[in-house]
Amino acid sequence: MKIEILGTGCSKCKKTKETIERVLKQSGVEAEVIKVEDIEKIMNYGVMVTPAVVIDGDVKLAGKVPDEKDIRKWIGQ
Amino acid sequence: MVDIFYPLQWIADKLTYDVFGIAPDTHLAASVNFIIYDVMKIFVLLAVMIFVVSYIRTYVTPEKTRKVLGGKKGLQYHLLASLMGGVTPFCSCSSVPLFIGFVEAGIPLGVTFSFLITSPLVNEAAVAALWATMGLKATLIYTVSGILLGVIGGYLIGLLKMEKHVAEFVYKIKVGDSNKNPKELSAKERTAAAYESVKEIVEKVWIYVIIGVALGGIFHGYAPEGILAKYAGEDNLLAVPIAVLIGVPLYSNVMGMIPIVESLIGKGLPVGTALAFLMGVTALSLPEMIILKKVLKNELIAAFVIIVSISIIFTGYLFNIIL
Repeated sequence: MKIEILGTGCSKCKKTKETIERVLKQSGVEAEVIKVEDIEKIMNYGVMVTPAVVIDGDVKLAGKVPDEKDIRKWIGQ
Repeated sequence: MVDIFYPLQWIADKLTYDVFGIAPDTHLAASVNFIIYDVMKIFVLLAVMIFVVSYIRTYVTPEKTRKVLGGKKGLQYHLLASLMGGVTPFCSCSSVPLFIGFVEAGIPLGVTFSFLITSPLVNEAAVAALWATMGLKATLIYTVSGILLGVIGGYLIGLLKMEKHVAEFVYKIKVGDSNKNPKELSAKERTAAAYESVKEIVEKVWIYVIIGVALGGIFHGYAPEGILAKYAGEDNLLAVPIAVLIGVPLYSNVMGMIPIVESLIGKGLPVGTALAFLMGVTALSLPEMIILKKVLKNELIAAFVIIVSISIIFTGYLFNIIL
């Protein structure tokens, strides 16, 4: 699984990454977590408000920090 | 009219005079009573206002805004963009992707700016704090002027035809469509999102509110009456531009500034000057300019800053004259 966190480096993006990494660790799911800061790549996903979470090319959320429950659902836990 | 905040005043009185046992009619009692009352009132209005606006916002996503405004010219679209900017939360880190997304959808530069100017200027947290401290009339004046400022500022930028002063790469970016049709939310999900925003914003601003109210309260109780009327009154024409200038570096502290400004009005600061100051705090911010520099050339940033500053100063003079 490939999890991309889109954001130009604000505090909410950092929090998103931390939350996702914590849930992955707790659930023992293996995934590649990548932070995407390049504006062109962000726009290519059609995202205008950050942070956004993209899992395997699919935009799951844009504009807010996800909560742990959301993340568990996305990673199939 | 029934004062819906009467219960809060009652609690503030009880706490000040009975629980803390401070003698009424002293400077200390005036300050403490003011601080307790204001803090409660701000937090109550903050929670209600953020909840309501965040709920409405779940219907006005940037994706929809883009679709509605794409390729539209005319003053009515500046107004629409400005109104949408008012309900859209503004985190300066989203200003670049929003800007690119708007331009790519064929939204004219001026209409895009109407959105960008109003978005930080009119936000539910500032509106709630204004309402709690300065009353409904000043709040309506601030909100309506803020929306008009977005309309006029964006319109003027549109007239200047500055499209070539946008960074070239912006026009080359293709906005993907994997996020074009986000799923419709249920009422329960909208409520949850609204509740989340209340929590998020209150967590971020509560400390500024308390510091601001405390400083305002001290000023309220101890500063001599009319002190500001003497130095920054309506006949001092420099007061409005200076107030706007002072406001620029205070970005992100608007929640703390509002209660302080309230107490300054109590000591003779004209309302127009006060509103111009608060608009300077919210609308013009250094960090936002630095972020926007990634997509705008200096000429366009300069035009934006000059047009917005002059409009704010004009608004300040206007309300000093008519209020």
